[in-house]
Amino acid sequence: MTITSSVAPEKLKVVRTGRRFMSGDIASAEGALAAGCRFFAGYPITPATEIAEHMSRRLPEIDGVYIQMEDEIASIAAVIGASYAGVKSMTATSGPGFSLMQENIGLAVMTETPCVIVNVMRGGPSTGQPTMPGQQDVMQARWGSHGDYEIIALAPSSVQEMFDLTVEAFNLAEAYRVPTFVLADEIVGHMWERVDIPEPETLKIVNRKMPENPPTIKFAPFEPDDDLVPPMAVFGQGYHFHATGLTHDERGYPRTDSAEAQTKLVQRLCNKIRKNKDKIIRVQQIMLEDADVAVVAYGIAARAALSAVKKARTAGIKAGLLRLLTLWPFPEEHVGQVAKNVKAIVVPEMNCGQILREVERAAKETPVTFLSKLGEEPHKPQEILEAMRGTLT
Amino acid sequence: MTGEELRHPYEKFLRKDRIPHIWCEGCGNGIILNCFARALDELNIDLDKVAVVSGIGCIGRISGYTNTDSFHTTHGRAIAFATGVKLANPELTVAVISGDGDLFAIGGNHFIHAARRNLDIKVICANNFIYGMTGGQGGPTTPLNTWTTTTPYGSIEQAFNLVHLATACGAVYVARWTTLQTRWLTESIKKSLQKEGFSFVEVISECPEIFGRYNKMATALKMMKWFKEASDVQHFSDPAKAEITPSRIVIGEFIDIEKPSYGRLLREMKARIGDKKASR
Repeated sequence: MTITSSVAPEKLKVVRTGRRFMSGDIASAEGALAAGCRFFAGYPITPATEIAEHMSRRLPEIDGVYIQMEDEIASIAAVIGASYAGVKSMTATSGPGFSLMQENIGLAVMTETPCVIVNVMRGGPSTGQPTMPGQQDVMQARWGSHGDYEIIALAPSSVQEMFDLTVEAFNLAEAYRVPTFVLADEIVGHMWERVDIPEPETLKIVNRKMPENPPTIKFAPFEPDDDLVPPMAVFGQGYHFHATGLTHDERGYPRTDSAEAQTKLVQRLCNKIRKNKDKIIRVQQIMLEDADVAVVAYGIAARAALSAVKKARTAGIKAGLLRLLTLWPFPEEHVGQVAKNVKAIVVPEMNCGQILREVERAAKETPVTFLSKLGEEPHKPQEILEAMRGTLT
Repeated sequence: MTGEELRHPYEKFLRKDRIPHIWCEGCGNGIILNCFARALDELNIDLDKVAVVSGIGCIGRISGYTNTDSFHTTHGRAIAFATGVKLANPELTVAVISGDGDLFAIGGNHFIHAARRNLDIKVICANNFIYGMTGGQGGPTTPLNTWTTTTPYGSIEQAFNLVHLATACGAVYVARWTTLQTRWLTESIKKSLQKEGFSFVEVISECPEIFGRYNKMATALKMMKWFKEASDVQHFSDPAKAEITPSRIVIGEFIDIEKPSYGRLLREMKARIGDKKASR
C-alpha cells in the first residue's frame, strides 16, 4: 500500500523566511531545514531539547524524518546511517550526550560522513548544571574521540548566528565530508531574538560531491579528488560499495596490517581540513587596526567582549575584538597576527581555560590574561573592561 | 561445459576481490553467508536495493563480503546505524547481520528498541556463545557451566534466551536454527526479508576453533554432531521455554505475526499532516 499526501510537497512551506522572533534552539533547527536537513535523530537533553521538539513538528510536514532514539549513541549512529542513505542529517545534544556520541563521531570521521551535531553547552563535568551555560566542551569537540583526526566547530553568539552557522555547518560538513559541530551554549540556545531568514534562492547551499561515473566494478568510494575529499556515493544507487570504521584503502576495504594504508588514510583525514583551513575559518575583526589590547572571544562571551571594547574606546583605551566564529580548525594565524600588533590579549571563556591554550600558543610572546566564568551568569562587560585596563598598566 | 568457466552459483552475491575471507576453518559464518546469498537469489531481490550492515566481531566482517552496499559499524551500533539508513531510504531492504555479543551485550539497547518500534529491518544473529574475534571470552549467550577463556571454572552467569527476548520486545518474526539446518535457515531468512517490520533470525553457529576446543568439541564435525543430537524442531512453541542447554536446542519458527511497521505509521502520519494542512 502506498500512502500519498493530498498536498503536493512544493505547496508545503519548507523554509520559513522573513523577519521572525525565535529562540536560538529553534533558529538552529530552522537553519538546518533551510540547509536541506531532512533527518533528525536525538535524545532529550537540557538545554538542547527544543531543537528536537521543533524538528519533531517540522520534519514530518516537509517529508523529513524525526526519530527519538534510545540514547545519544544510537542518535549519532542513525544520523550516520541516514547520511549514507543520501539525506542531510543532524542531531542536537549537550555535554553528557556529547560524551556518549564520541565513539561514533570517530566513525563519522573515519567513514567521512557529512553530518551536523549541535552541542548546546551547559555546565559540566558530569551532569553538572543542566540549565546553566558553559563553554566547557571546546576541547572535547576537538579531541573527544580516540585517534588522530580533524573536525570543524563553529561558535554562534546570537540567535541569528544559530540559524546562519547551522546552515554553514551543513555546507562545511557536505563540502569536506566531516562531522561538523555547532558549539552553542545555554544562553544562546534559550535566548529569544530577532532573526532574518533569507529566501531559499539567496541562501548558499553546498551539497556533497557525487561520483561522476555510473556504477562500475572499479568504483573506489574513498579515492579523493585534488581537494583531498572523495565524491560520495550513497546506498541504493547501485555502486555496491563498502564502508568501515577499520583503516581502509580507496575501495573501502579493510587494511588492518599496513602501515602505509594507515599513514595515507589518517594523514588525508587530517589534511583535508588542515590544507583547506583558509577556506573554512571565519573570524570577525572589530576595531583591531590600531588596538593596544585585543579581546579574543567566541559564543556568548563575545557579546560582553564587544560591549567592553566599545566602553574601552569611549574611555580612551585602544581596544579591539577578534571574534572567533570558527573554533576548529583553530584560527591560529589570525590570532598570531593580532598578537603581533597588540601589547596584550584578554580571553574571556565560560570554562577553566580551553581556547585559552590555543590563544597562548598562537600569541607567542604577547601576554594573555584569562577571565574564567563558571555557572549562571556570563561575563559582564565591566569585568572584561577592567581586565583590559589591567593589562595596560 | 567445455570452454566455459566454472562459476559458483552465488558468485554475484560476493565481492570476489575480498575472498578468501578471514574466518577459521570449520566456522559457521560461511554457512550463514551462503544461506543469506541463497535467500536473496531465490527471492530475486534487486541487489542495488539491499544494504548489509554489521557490527564488530567475526561475523561482523560479512558486510565486507556481500556484493551490496554495506557498512561495518562500530561495536554494537549496527541496528542504530541501520535505523537511519532504512528511515532515510525506505526503498532499501536493510539486513543487519552480526554476532551475539555485538547485538545483545554492547548493542542490546538498540536491539530491544528497534524491535519495540517494529522498525523494518532484518536482524540475523550468528550466535557462537562467545566473543570469537577477541579470542573466546564469555558473553551474554554463554551457557551456564560452559568454558571460555574468561570462565575458566565454568560460566556462572545465566544466558540470554534470544528468541524469548526478541518476542518480548515485539519482533513480528522470530526463528532459530543451527548452521546444520541450511534449508530451513534459508527459508526463514527469505520469510524475514519479505516480512513487514522487525524480524529476527538466530543462527546457532559453530566455533570449533575456540568454543568447541574449550568444550570438548574441537572440530566442526563434533559441533555439528552436537547440533544434530540436541536440535529439537518445535514450530511455534513457547519461546520462554526455549533456553539452550547442552542436551536441547529448540529450533524452528517461534513468532510470525502482523503489526504495522514504524515506516508504515510514519508514512500514514505524514499523510494525515498533509491532509490537515490542505484543509486549513
